[in-house]
Amino acid sequence: MRRYFARKLLFYLVTFFVAVTIDWLIPRFAPGDPVTSMISRVAAQPEAAAAMMDYFNGTFGLDVPIWQQYLNFWTSLLQGDLGVSIWLFPQPVTRVIMDALPYTLALLVPAVLLAFWAGNKFGAFAARKRWLDGAVLPLGYILTATPYMWLAILLAWLLGSVWQVFPIAGAYGFNLAPAFTFQFAGSLLQHWFLPFLSLFLVGFGGWAIGMRNLIIYELDADYSRYLSSLGAPDKLIRSYAYKNARLPQLTGLALQLGVIVTGALVTEVVFSYPGLGWYSYQAIINQDYFLLQGIFLFVVIGVLLANFVIDLVYVMVDPRVRLGMEGG
Amino acid sequence: MADLPRPRDVPEITVDTSLPPEAPRPRRRVGRAGEFLYFAARDRKIFVSLAIVLALLLVAIVGPFLREYGPNEYVGPGMQPPSSEYWFGTTTFGQDVFVQFVHGLGATFFVGLVGGGLASIIGMTVGFVAGYRGGWLDELLNMLTNVVLVIPTLMVLIVIVAYVNARGLLIEAVFIGCTAWPWAARAIRAQTMSLRSRDFVDLARLTGMGTRRIITGEIAPNMSSYLMLTFILLFGNAVLIAATLDFIGLGPTDGISLGLMMNNAVLWSALQLGMWWWFIPPGIGIVLIVGSLYVMNVGLDQVFNPRLRKL
Repeated sequence: MRRYFARKLLFYLVTFFVAVTIDWLIPRFAPGDPVTSMISRVAAQPEAAAAMMDYFNGTFGLDVPIWQQYLNFWTSLLQGDLGVSIWLFPQPVTRVIMDALPYTLALLVPAVLLAFWAGNKFGAFAARKRWLDGAVLPLGYILTATPYMWLAILLAWLLGSVWQVFPIAGAYGFNLAPAFTFQFAGSLLQHWFLPFLSLFLVGFGGWAIGMRNLIIYELDADYSRYLSSLGAPDKLIRSYAYKNARLPQLTGLALQLGVIVTGALVTEVVFSYPGLGWYSYQAIINQDYFLLQGIFLFVVIGVLLANFVIDLVYVMVDPRVRLGMEGG
Repeated sequence: MADLPRPRDVPEITVDTSLPPEAPRPRRRVGRAGEFLYFAARDRKIFVSLAIVLALLLVAIVGPFLREYGPNEYVGPGMQPPSSEYWFGTTTFGQDVFVQFVHGLGATFFVGLVGGGLASIIGMTVGFVAGYRGGWLDELLNMLTNVVLVIPTLMVLIVIVAYVNARGLLIEAVFIGCTAWPWAARAIRAQTMSLRSRDFVDLARLTGMGTRRIITGEIAPNMSSYLMLTFILLFGNAVLIAATLDFIGLGPTDGISLGLMMNNAVLWSALQLGMWWWFIPPGIGIVLIVGSLYVMNVGLDQVFNPRLRKL
């Protein structure tokens, strides 16, 4: 058990190291020195430029050898210093991200978990049922082929603009200030629903399709045929098939995480939902590279953590891995 | 069973002994291709999806010739709903949405082909080498694959593309190709490992064949259908990634793409103004292409894999 997790942990550390290194490398290989031009844009505000130059010298400081620059970058990273946002000057990047993070998590975590759970259940239910299967298959393929932002656009247009059931911009009403009132909570929920629904639907289609295909495969396996030849009830065979089929689905979830997170980011852009995605969009528009790079690092950390959690879950649901570790 | 010569192959082999040893093989493959074609033609999934993709390709090729102006030119009054003159209406600024759509379709096919193709090549190379050679090279390549697999590559692309200001379709496609390969490499590696220990590969190794020839001549042909399915999926993935990049304003600055159309529509409040003709076509285009590719994949899987065939 300990060896298994030590290996996993080592792998995630290496991955994090690689990601940080990429993050450090990109500005240095970008043509035309974009960081300097970014800083020169704020030269009109002397104190802004001074703060920028301060961070610039600390992490990019070109008068020290390159390995020293790299070490400096790590030092400020481990101190939680990701620089100052240009667009939202003088807020530090870490602060901006911390303000945005709750919104993204509130959107992403329920959408991913519910879509995975409901998609799997529904796919398993629909497999080998003639009338349902015919409907699930095309619908599921259409949903997985839908770009996240387009579904978001469609929902925002139909439910927000045409029928005006839901608001389509922001995280709460423009006339409200964050407070612990029912009115505010209701507004929060109202604004949350559409982006959540759009994320949920794309994921749901994909998981339903995957589960359906896996169940059909499992129902053809020898153990299923043997069980049914013994006269076991269909429900029992299906429950065994489901237990086997959810393992590859879990692996698929781990592999899909990066894509899902980016999907959440563009969904936020459509709904002007003030999470990490909307901020990275603003960072791109305003050429606020430090903010963009900071968000990248946070997304990496989030994805790595989620991967580790999935590893833990995998150990819990796969008896082979679990017994192998306990016995060995 | 597949290794036994089928009766109709026998006369060919006896007749063709004077030809180079490779000669009979393509002819035998025609027989197999014929068998695949027979099942492919009977499969409604493949027929419909292929028809959709080809029809869209035709629109992308012919469309630009239907109007003499470019996708970003201001040609008429703004905010016009679809009419006989502007089939898909116009944008807020009076650009023809239909012209943007056909050019965007072309860009989509280009990115899918180049990005998906490059990703396939990298994925195959890494997968074949890692799976066939094994040892420390496999460990290294596997580590690399897993790292790239876990890192949210789309985020990396966003940061890179935001920094690199010179943006064209080709650069975008190359970036996508360089990051979309890992799962393909992993799948091909697993397939290669299962083929590596088969008799015919051992035999080839005994005759002193080089690694490269064993991979290209013995292993790859035996999983050609698998490679084709991989390419189709990577094509679809590249299209979706490109749409995402374009949507957040990181697409080609000098042209138009389906993602960029959606970006512009959202940016200029087409949602609030009810200009549905601006953002519906690009989305439908992407869904049709990617969805058809996914469905085609399922259909082809049934054709190539006799166990999945329904007779």
